[in-house]
Amino acid sequence: MSATGIGASVKRKEDFRFLTGRGNYTDDINQPNQTYAYILRSPHAHAKIKGIDTAAAKSASGVVAVFTGEDMQVGSIPCGWGVNNKDGSPMNEPFHPALAQGKVRHVGDQVAVVIAETYSQAKDAAELIEVDYEELPAVTNSEKAIAPGAPLVHDDAAPNNMCYDWELGDEAEVDAEFKNAAHVVSIDLTNNRLVPNAMEPRAAIGDYNKGTGEYTLYTTSQNPHVIRLLMGAFVLQLPEHKLRVVAPDVGGGFGSKIYHYAEEAIVTWAAGKVRRPIKWTAERSESFLSDAHGRDHISHADLALDKDGKFLGLKVYTKANMGAYLSTFSTCVPTYLYATLLAGVYTTPKIYVNVKAIFTNTVPVDAYRGAGRPEATYLLERLVTKAAKQLGMDQVAIRQKNFIPADAFPYQTPVALQYDSGNYEATLKKAMELSKWDEFPQRKAEAAKRGKLRGIGISTYLEACGIAPSAVVGSLGARAGLFESANVRVHPTGSVSIYTGSHSHGQGHETTFAQLVSETLGIPLENINIEHGDTNRIAFGMGTYGSRSLAVGGEAIMKALGKVVDKASKIAAHLMEASVEDVEFKDGKFTVAGTDKEVDFGTVALTAYVPHNYPHETLEPGLEENAFYDPMNFTYPGGCHICEVEIDPDTGTTQIVGMTAVDDVGRVINPMIVEGQIHGGLAQGIGQALLESCEYDDSGQLTSGSYMDYCMPRADNLPNFMATTESTLCAHNSLGVKGCGEVGAIGSPPAVINAVLDALHELGVEDISMPATPQKIWQAIQAASMPAAAE
Amino acid sequence: MPSVSMTVNGKQVSGTVEPRTLLVQFIRENLHLTGTHVGCDTSQCGACVVHVDGASVKSCAMLAIEADGSTVTTIEGLAGDGDVLHPMQEAFRDNHGLQCGFCTPGMVMSAIDLVNNNPAPSEHEIRDWLEGNICRCTGYHNIVKSITAGAAAMKGQKAAAE
Ligand code: FES
Ligand code: FES
Repeated sequence: MSATGIGASVKRKEDFRFLTGRGNYTDDINQPNQTYAYILRSPHAHAKIKGIDTAAAKSASGVVAVFTGEDMQVGSIPCGWGVNNKDGSPMNEPFHPALAQGKVRHVGDQVAVVIAETYSQAKDAAELIEVDYEELPAVTNSEKAIAPGAPLVHDDAAPNNMCYDWELGDEAEVDAEFKNAAHVVSIDLTNNRLVPNAMEPRAAIGDYNKGTGEYTLYTTSQNPHVIRLLMGAFVLQLPEHKLRVVAPDVGGGFGSKIYHYAEEAIVTWAAGKVRRPIKWTAERSESFLSDAHGRDHISHADLALDKDGKFLGLKVYTKANMGAYLSTFSTCVPTYLYATLLAGVYTTPKIYVNVKAIFTNTVPVDAYRGAGRPEATYLLERLVTKAAKQLGMDQVAIRQKNFIPADAFPYQTPVALQYDSGNYEATLKKAMELSKWDEFPQRKAEAAKRGKLRGIGISTYLEACGIAPSAVVGSLGARAGLFESANVRVHPTGSVSIYTGSHSHGQGHETTFAQLVSETLGIPLENINIEHGDTNRIAFGMGTYGSRSLAVGGEAIMKALGKVVDKASKIAAHLMEASVEDVEFKDGKFTVAGTDKEVDFGTVALTAYVPHNYPHETLEPGLEENAFYDPMNFTYPGGCHICEVEIDPDTGTTQIVGMTAVDDVGRVINPMIVEGQIHGGLAQGIGQALLESCEYDDSGQLTSGSYMDYCMPRADNLPNFMATTESTLCAHNSLGVKGCGEVGAIGSPPAVINAVLDALHELGVEDISMPATPQKIWQAIQAASMPAAAE
Repeated sequence: MPSVSMTVNGKQVSGTVEPRTLLVQFIRENLHLTGTHVGCDTSQCGACVVHVDGASVKSCAMLAIEADGSTVTTIEGLAGDGDVLHPMQEAFRDNHGLQCGFCTPGMVMSAIDLVNNNPAPSEHEIRDWLEGNICRCTGYHNIVKSITAGAAAMKGQKAAAE
């Protein structure tokens, strides 16, 4: 292993600029003659707009323009994935306006935009806009939204507020398994709604160049090319060659910056009207009201088992809250990223899943770190632990009994996916060792002496990422391909620029991808630059989400590097007067087997651009290659998370005293970065389990709309983590990589809740919902002790 | 409109502001020092932490006019124009204490203030101190490690200077 190649914990190349305040985030960018936008948002969850009077705002000091939905007649903000109903009919897909058209459907819905010389002038003027609202009853809960008589978010465009009623599997076949079952274990669960909360609020700058007719959008995005396509082709009807989208440094995404948002279209469209650049930056309270939220499932599940605890069949019924509009990937999250994962790491032979996606008067819900897979994992791992309790089995033994064995790959599940690799016993064993599982009873007894309830919880999980094979997702309703592109440009002096369609917003691509280049070409990291995030500079890109950057974007880079090495070998063969078959390339040097002939990579690069002595008959000058890579399959990281907690029965406070994660992420390029990614995921998983919850009241007001009432994990809420990897290699990509961005958030929530319930078991508490706050735990303890007190 | 003047990163600066202009706005918009970030509107995230007269301050919770006459250090002022990082910055790089980098300037400025007052903070003291600094990326594990290492390095540097 070289010090800068694959497997080395290289310090990050991007850190110097971030540590010295020289990052270049969207809000750091200013254009000459720039104006500022303030978006007026609906204070109501559901209302008709009977009129908007903008006269006073238009004449306020510094105001350049005011636009409402009446002015901005553009296309619907599109949804990127069509899902069909059980009967094969297409889902309901109501119009999604950039600025409200006659009706508002959630608190925070965009009603008007004020553009002014300064941000304060725009904000002050917005107060002068008079909107005549006729308030309508609102509905925020998905179950209530499909009850008869519920307010209709989209009127006739979505009867019963139903987006789709979808299924996977044959319900009758699964029912047959239940008839033979010795045991049936059932569970009802809510997967709490979360707000992604990347620390950088969303921002966008629109610009129009009258001279060239070109539009430019700077935006906080995980995938600028996708935004160009969605906004250009669908919303504003601008062709690609007249629209440049730049996503510079982005301060975290976690999914929330995948989607095409109204504000991007508003500033771009309005820049064309006012002929000046327009900057919009969200205030945090706006982020809460307008960034896509995550999760929000209500589920019921039944597991059939034989007398020995072997799983026979699984039935899952889920109601997924879509919010008021369909965000870009919202529809695939509770279907193809959720139901297809419900085999988990187990051999369950028959599975049936029904998902109803439902409109409500809330912020749209879309993918948030893990997207569908945390929901599937939480359901399965809670259910399996409950089954162990109900059958009187050990919670580890019941898992082992049902694991897909390490020699069974490739393994076809009953829910469409074919797993290529994995070893669930290996990750389980390592996690149990690291967490000293066997000595838990002693620790529990010791804690009891201190008056603390100690519990241990486990989750053995799997996820599908490296999203995704275009042909497969296309057949499932995706309206885009999910390949990735890369361009490797070798400069005359031998330094290299990589242009990748992946986007880094904390993942460290500038380092990890450079390691791939250093390893392949044998050149030092400082001679390598990774460029991303600009549609005018990068050929194409599908961006970063679904832990796909390395498994798809990295593979595209490897493919392009392979082409570079092929061509460079031909040039080297010419220089060494050898046959190309005899040329070997290693550590940056071309040699001819059996001779002392040698030419280095730099000389070959220079020759390609100064082709005086060059095989012109067969080769073009220059050394630059493109590649597009479309994966053959998803990748399947998995592993085991073990959480240990201590609960103070007097206050209900939970302290995490151990958090162990052993993940199979495939080959690890930079262990330091991989561990960092896992840490971040664990923090978000623990946040979901113990702290975070996005709450609406019945009138549709968001009651957790700031950091005062939405409990973000702070340093003192979290433990040190024991996070490591135990990998099998992905069988269908050249690097053997799987992905590590989401595993922490997928595997951990059920481990935490299983630990909490294990601690509370002796008091008779059998269920707790996320987040398991001190208040909920205390109440559960009181409720469980009630019957005893009455005796 | 009132005018303010102060010393920022060793340079005398002045400008006119609105009475409601926040220090962070003055730093970002008037001085174009964009390393100081805004992550919230309720003074809770700590992305905007700078030093005012040597102590860490949330620059979104202070008016520009309140900082009139004071000495301000932002993240840009720590290492200056050279390539040599402050030991705390170096410790964050060595220990992978940052991912997206958005919380980082505030984290580093806050950490230095902690160590100035408590040269060898325990893990518990560090986690406690970071109550007002939110990071969504790292899970804090490596931030705590970075600050521990940064504290040791600052001590070493001080000893070497004496
Ligand atoms: S911006 Fe100052 S605390 Fe959040
Ligand atoms: S590094 Fe991204 S918020 Fe801390």
